Amino acid sequence: MMVTAEINGRSRTWEVTGSESLLFSLREELGLWGSKGACEQGECGSCTILLDERPVCACLVMAADAHGSQVVTVEGLSEPGSLHPVQRALVEAGGVQCGFCTPGFVVAGAALFQENPAPDREEIREALSGNICRCTGYGAILRGLQTLAGEER
Amino acid sequence: MTVRAPVRRVKGGIGESPVRADGVPKVDGTYLYSSDLSMEGMLWGATLRSPHPKARVTRLDAAPALAMTGVRAVLFNKDVPGSKTFGLEHADQPVLGSEEVDYWGQPVALVAADHPETARRAAEAIDVAYETSPPLTDPERAAAAGSVFRTQWVRRGPQQEQGRTAVEGYYEVGMQDQAPLGTESGLAIPDGQGGVDLHIATQWTHADHGQIVACLGVDDDMVRVHHAGVGGAFGAREDVSLQIHLCLLALRTGRPVKMVYSRQESFTGHVHRHPARMWYRHEADPDGTLRRVRARIIIDGGAFHSTSSAVIGNAVFHAVGPYRCDSVTVEGTAVRTNNPPCGAMRGFGAVQACFAHEAQMDKLADALGMDRVELRIRNALRTGDPLNTTGQILETPMPAAELLQRLRDMPEPPPAEEGDPRLLPGGTGLTTPPEKVRRGVGYAIGIKNLCFSEGFDDYAEARVIITPFGAEVRTAAAEVGQGLGEACAQIARTALGIQDTVVYFDDTSRIGSAGSSSASRQTQMTGGAVLEACRKVREEALRRGGGDRLDDDGVWRDGELVMSLADLCREGNLEHHTRFRHPPTEEPDENGQGNLHVDFALAAHRAVVDVDRELGLFRVAAVDTVQDVGYMINPESVTGQIEGGIMQGVGLAVLEEIVVEDGVIKNPTFTDYLLPTFLDAPAVGVEVVEEPGPVGPFGAKGVGEPPTVSSTAAVVAAIRDATGLDLNRAPVRPEHVALPAAAPAPDGGG
Repeated sequence: MMVTAEINGRSRTWEVTGSESLLFSLREELGLWGSKGACEQGECGSCTILLDERPVCACLVMAADAHGSQVVTVEGLSEPGSLHPVQRALVEAGGVQCGFCTPGFVVAGAALFQENPAPDREEIREALSGNICRCTGYGAILRGLQTLAGEER
Repeated sequence: MTVRAPVRRVKGGIGESPVRADGVPKVDGTYLYSSDLSMEGMLWGATLRSPHPKARVTRLDAAPALAMTGVRAVLFNKDVPGSKTFGLEHADQPVLGSEEVDYWGQPVALVAADHPETARRAAEAIDVAYETSPPLTDPERAAAAGSVFRTQWVRRGPQQEQGRTAVEGYYEVGMQDQAPLGTESGLAIPDGQGGVDLHIATQWTHADHGQIVACLGVDDDMVRVHHAGVGGAFGAREDVSLQIHLCLLALRTGRPVKMVYSRQESFTGHVHRHPARMWYRHEADPDGTLRRVRARIIIDGGAFHSTSSAVIGNAVFHAVGPYRCDSVTVEGTAVRTNNPPCGAMRGFGAVQACFAHEAQMDKLADALGMDRVELRIRNALRTGDPLNTTGQILETPMPAAELLQRLRDMPEPPPAEEGDPRLLPGGTGLTTPPEKVRRGVGYAIGIKNLCFSEGFDDYAEARVIITPFGAEVRTAAAEVGQGLGEACAQIARTALGIQDTVVYFDDTSRIGSAGSSSASRQTQMTGGAVLEACRKVREEALRRGGGDRLDDDGVWRDGELVMSLADLCREGNLEHHTRFRHPPTEEPDENGQGNLHVDFALAAHRAVVDVDRELGLFRVAAVDTVQDVGYMINPESVTGQIEGGIMQGVGLAVLEEIVVEDGVIKNPTFTDYLLPTFLDAPAVGVEVVEEPGPVGPFGAKGVGEPPTVSSTAAVVAAIRDATGLDLNRAPVRPEHVALPAAAPAPDGGG
């Protein structure tokens, strides 16, 4: 079947052959490689996207179910050459090592700050507890987002 | 004491934490990992794996798979044109299992197809039959049967009873997974002339290259291994996984082939941290002086060799920890079984030994009625001492006592806030009433060798080029996320004086090996090579320009610009290519004696853990650390390594274990293999001791592994402290704490 959805502000139509996930479509059909596949079970958050403004794991969404919806991936959070405040906060705090989890943290973090511009430490931890980072131990990610929250206050 | 080379300040040079060059592409999603590569006409590869840990393959027929639409190739071991086996140190693993399979998940056949789903289904359609036999899965039975990769003894000093107080213990460490978030993946592109370009996430392109050309049976220059973005490594990418498979499929089909392991496949697709069984006896004088240590260590290497020999060497030579002791006996054995193959993971044998020797030190302190930290300080190794196991005189800074003293003085975290359930062991599940929480504090210190040891010819190549526009650093070293690229750029900026310095990661055809991004070695080795090359090329620039200073403008003399970079490069860029070696090390003699290691680093950890004894729930509230780092090229990266390394140690202490039953992994998913989340992360306080080491640039020591060596031991010590239980196994599971509380064990463990 053909699926049409608004991806990062643009209407895109692509063919879905079967049970593939939205993550697969984003990556392999639409060339949006920013969202990462790491567990395929919704455990690690590496594929976090905004589906109709809510953060979800794209690996758990059937591509066909995205028909008619609005999708924002890490690529759609900022204009080329500029950074979303969460992206800037992470890179400046050293919250990026291998970076494989980073797009998921960026999208989940953007959703958090959209809802709560000045989250406290525990709110940040809770909101991002669905995203696994294997490199940083979360310390620099927390510092970056706390700094950002401080700027917002 | 801190002595640093006098250096001119260059923006983005050593000692700073500039935004890393790969930082922005990683946050905006444009950084390409090995799984993000794609090409016109590309096929997808898939792997058929053995469902049995031990079996004979009695039938293998590709016909049903080949009959499927879109299937382009099916390969068996008979289709491997060169060496049928591969391996990092010993080529003992079949490229594909043909007659026999020796572990669950061992690759048996490969498929290339138009679509990943077709490839997966085709692999399942291959007609294969097995005749199973009982797997050998008990490491002690394997040892008794002589199924052994390496046995290494240490016999140092008098070999009889020494101390008045003795403590004994038996300890186990479970099989940990590196769990890098990026699974194994890559893209192989045939060059149309019988060769292939492989784009891969790896820790060591040249080691991959050597194994690939051997198995393809082609000349070295027919295969080029290129770095693709690496989604974490931690040891999991030191061995070959799908590298040879991808090249075989690409050459057979004449088309680019991509392969991406699923998470489940990844659990079988790389080696793990060796599970260990350890028996220890410590003897001491009444004043706490350590007189004798005896240990027996068995690690399970699984079905193929990988780095098991080096890992057991490390466990044995680090068996006593950073303590003075002149009477030591250790027997270490790495056995071969039909369990999943084990090899490199951050800490590499030292983690397992540290878990045991630190539990022993606590036990010894308790038996002596001494403070646990005081006992450690009293016995702490110092520079100039012989290493307790090998007898090697320690010439590197060895600030063990200082680490412990400073750690003890760091402030402890306040008790969990009343009324905030998020800070209780049960978290927002609201299962733990605050009055049930017991807090425990545990200390541990570990020692880790840096760089390759035991006589290995350890080197790294680098090329530094001055161009009209600035400087380039070229290396084959793997940037696995640790920040090596930025560290090399910082070293070059400082050493050259040129701020506009860019690091390029070259393929195997363009430069020689940098060695593996492992053993905490790359900042020292590739960083060392970069420094050496920079000094040479700067000398040449100053000579050519007749000046006394170099920067982005060119060569200066007495404060005047005498030659621009463009003029300097008029007859060609200035270039120096170097191969940097650390001082040679020796192989051990029959008693494990010798100068086996080139350098060491220490880290000490203090864990504070809140425990709900009834439900067996833990919250690791804090892990504070003081680490011996030599010199911090990039303080932010050092902190990141320390915090991340501690988190992996915390994971091994309370969450992470690959559960293997009869050779079969029971939890090969992130649903069942539990990784620490943000909510599991303790508050981490980091302090460092900067005393320059002998090997690394500007005195830098490797910092990646020490945080993982002793953090597990500290966390489990804290749980013992909170519960009074004699917990001898990592990871500690809820039932180890809750069940003895419900029904105290007859041996009084509760």
